[in-house]
Amino acid sequence: MFERIWHMLVKEFIQLKRDRWARFRLIVPPLVQMLVFGYAATFEVYHVPTVVLDRDHSQESRELISRFSFSDRFRVVKIARSDAEVEDAINRSDAALAIVVHAGFAELLLKGQSAPLQVIVDGTNSNTALIALGYLNLIVQQYAADYGADLLRRGVGAPGAGIVQVGIEQRPWYNADLNGRWFFVPGVVGSLTLVLVVSLTASAIVREREIGTLEQIMVTPIRPAEYILGKTVPFFIIGLAEVALVALFGTLWFGVPFVGSPLILLLGTCLFLLSTLGLGLLISTLSKTQQQAFAANFFVLNPMFTLSGFAFPIASMPEPLQWLSYLNPLSYYLVVIRATFLKGVGLDALWPDLIGMTLLGSLLLGISILRFRKSLD
Amino acid sequence: MTAALETPIIAQDLVKRFGRFTAVDHVSLRIARGEIVGFLGPNGAGKSTVIRMLCGLLRPTEGRAVVAGIDVAHDPEGVREHIGYMSQKFSLYTDLTVGENLRFFGGIYRVPHALLAERIRFSVEMAGLTGREDHLVSTLAGGWKQRLALGCAILHRPPILFLDEPTSGVDPESRRRFWDLIHALAAEGITVLVTTHYMDEAEYCHRVALIDRGRLIDMASPGALKKRKLGGDLLVLECDPIGAAVTALQEAPGVGDVAVFGNALHLLVEDATAALSTLPDHLARRGVAVARIERIEPTIEDVFVQLVGTSSAGQGTRP
Repeated sequence: MFERIWHMLVKEFIQLKRDRWARFRLIVPPLVQMLVFGYAATFEVYHVPTVVLDRDHSQESRELISRFSFSDRFRVVKIARSDAEVEDAINRSDAALAIVVHAGFAELLLKGQSAPLQVIVDGTNSNTALIALGYLNLIVQQYAADYGADLLRRGVGAPGAGIVQVGIEQRPWYNADLNGRWFFVPGVVGSLTLVLVVSLTASAIVREREIGTLEQIMVTPIRPAEYILGKTVPFFIIGLAEVALVALFGTLWFGVPFVGSPLILLLGTCLFLLSTLGLGLLISTLSKTQQQAFAANFFVLNPMFTLSGFAFPIASMPEPLQWLSYLNPLSYYLVVIRATFLKGVGLDALWPDLIGMTLLGSLLLGISILRFRKSLD
Repeated sequence: MTAALETPIIAQDLVKRFGRFTAVDHVSLRIARGEIVGFLGPNGAGKSTVIRMLCGLLRPTEGRAVVAGIDVAHDPEGVREHIGYMSQKFSLYTDLTVGENLRFFGGIYRVPHALLAERIRFSVEMAGLTGREDHLVSTLAGGWKQRLALGCAILHRPPILFLDEPTSGVDPESRRRFWDLIHALAAEGITVLVTTHYMDEAEYCHRVALIDRGRLIDMASPGALKKRKLGGDLLVLECDPIGAAVTALQEAPGVGDVAVFGNALHLLVEDATAALSTLPDHLARRGVAVARIERIEPTIEDVFVQLVGTSSAGQGTRP
């Protein structure tokens, strides 16, 4: 039994050694994806393109606008001269935000009355819009507070004017920004492993079916279990190496902390790999060609990714979709990997997720082994 | 077990249907130890499907296959210890070297370590690949690849070999070398079942099974097949005058059809040896001068075309 599996392993690794494209695929795209996610997939908002229309032309309005110009959250891309120009800039997506200072702004401020400021925001990306509005509010309130303090100091204006929300509460919303990358980097480790291991396993077996070597192997006395092990153990090893590579990269390059136990991460990764190998094997029994396998990967992996809690919180999903996430090994693994990276919790907190992955992995592997026996017919 | 050794391949009423299409239709055959049996038939006739059922790669819809004394349906892996198989499509790993392929299949067949090096050397020599052990298989020419595939299939010294179109796409010289190898193996007692669509290759087989549209039309030695179909031996006769010869032959004993063929006659006789000894005298007595009379061989291709022509009358259509 082990002798045959050993010969399978030797063969697989020789083939991998010769396949420059496969080696490239194992190393470069995961690191690139890690970089892309690390830098791009973040909730932080910087340099929101902003168009400004100043109808007041006062010292006060210029002072307010300059605060936006100097903030790294906003970038004033255009000074408009009419409402039409504002609308045009938003429609063309030249700007995502418009600030309109109405005539009489300074006069109202001086009187201590509420001076309205019109803000138009492109709601297409609702998330960015909300966050940008938050920063905008912060800047305006700071301006109002400074202005009020200045008035008091100079003793001009109506009594009581400008006493506007001086103390601004630092909300956790902004703290969350700081952690955006910490949230995504461990998640990237999980989703990359899923995609790589499932697609490599499926295509490795389907390729043998396509070129006819599977038939040649099947006509030897090798047992299906020996073949399956010989075919999956290499990807198990590759999967572990992949997790190590990407996790190291994430911690060293992006400085994401790793506060938990590496052993628990190893255990969780092993259990997660059972599911991914089972899934890859299942796809290989359902596909006759590599194109079919590729299409099946796409069909299965996309919803798994979306429903895993990688980006969108599971708790916010409709209930039936939440049930589906119980059948998704990635959602368990993301809990384990984020917890070991960021929280440092142990088995006492993570055992339900580890058991979930064990059950799913056994089920997927079992079904695909049973299907594999018949798949030659 | 002795019966199994004497008749290593037995098929009983094998049927394979794919949906509504019957690929193999009640094929029964028995092949003796050391025999080379050729499956001859057009593409899509069901030759490969029979072989794949005998190897346990396909489950028969009906019927039974017993190979090396083992029921294939019950113990496919048990059967595979005793068989070597070369599929229609070249199916070694082209991204491995000659040596790596041989070591891999040797390992999968669990050839004892002490024997493996010698077996690999034998296969490499047989394939004419000495000195090329480290070449990638993808760089080899067709004939070499086929012989290497055969070398891989016999690493575990199987008593039974299934070769599915082993010489398709191989140049004539390589084909001849390949058949020399097969004859050498059969001489050692290995039973060989080989499919081909090269009519001339049928002549290399001890027995030929003619297969068309899933049915076994006939199975006999190449000579017997030709004789059986024609109902006798074929002679060519060059003589003068031809007209008198035709009349004379009509009253000669043991002569069937007589046909004018160019400036010669083709005669179908019951027995060539008898006819060759009596006919010249018979003709001479009737004033016919014989320039040449001798036996000629009909080709198996003629026989096959005629057999298929007869058997397909009234049959359904194939996809």
